[in-house]
Amino acid sequence: MSTFLFLNSFLGGLCIGLAALLLLLLNGRILGISGIAFGLLSPKPKDVGWRILFILGLVLGAGLVGKVAMDANRITIQAPLAHLLIGGFLVGYGTSLGGGCTSGHGICGMGRFSKRSILATTCFIASGILTVYVLRHLWGG
Amino acid sequence: MLFAFGLGLAGLLNPSQIQAFLDITGHWNPAPLVVMATAMTCYGIGYRIILRLKKPLLVQNWHLPTQSKIDARLVVGSILFGIGWGLVGYCPGPALAALAFGRIETVYFVGAMLAGGAIFQFSRP
Repeated sequence: MSTFLFLNSFLGGLCIGLAALLLLLLNGRILGISGIAFGLLSPKPKDVGWRILFILGLVLGAGLVGKVAMDANRITIQAPLAHLLIGGFLVGYGTSLGGGCTSGHGICGMGRFSKRSILATTCFIASGILTVYVLRHLWGG
Repeated sequence: MLFAFGLGLAGLLNPSQIQAFLDITGHWNPAPLVVMATAMTCYGIGYRIILRLKKPLLVQNWHLPTQSKIDARLVVGSILFGIGWGLVGYCPGPALAALAFGRIETVYFVGAMLAGGAIFQFSRP
């Protein structure tokens, strides 16, 4: 891996870790995006504001980094519409059923040494790898 | 904002890069591994320190996960999530953040994702 790539990955990881710690420190919550976002689908009183702010921050932050540190035009999304819809649905349903995603289980859960999160992360990484393998190497490439 | 900035810096907002990370027999992109390891370690250290406080700074209570059972929901849900993730290369965080880039594909994905989450909640009493 080139030094540049490593440095960006490392710094990015630090930002992510720090952001998660910030949410913990200020709001006492785990930074699990699926939890934060889907909590809005059945809103409870007084529980909505911080979620909206967070998601707004996500979008603004991406806008900022897109201008400052990455070339947003160079993003490639290879998935066809069917994959976007099915994949999106599975991500939404799966993270709800499984209790978290890469941020909630992967970073926060694993950081806490939670057995549930370690198992969850192993499962989704394994199925992710398998899916890409089938997609790229078995299914007509 | 900090979270999304980190995602972008680390290259996690580019679905093809994520799929390349999952493509271990093809052109493997190891970068997300570095990102996760760094983030996890950073979080793990800070977590212990912060939890020494009696309460968070802005609210009255900690809102931490209370489940400790390992059950089928966890495994099945995670597997399903992984499939969706592999199909496109987006997970919830990057997908929402990437709406900032205005690509229609992201909108489709996020729409379907919210539908999936909604259907799940709807199917539980």
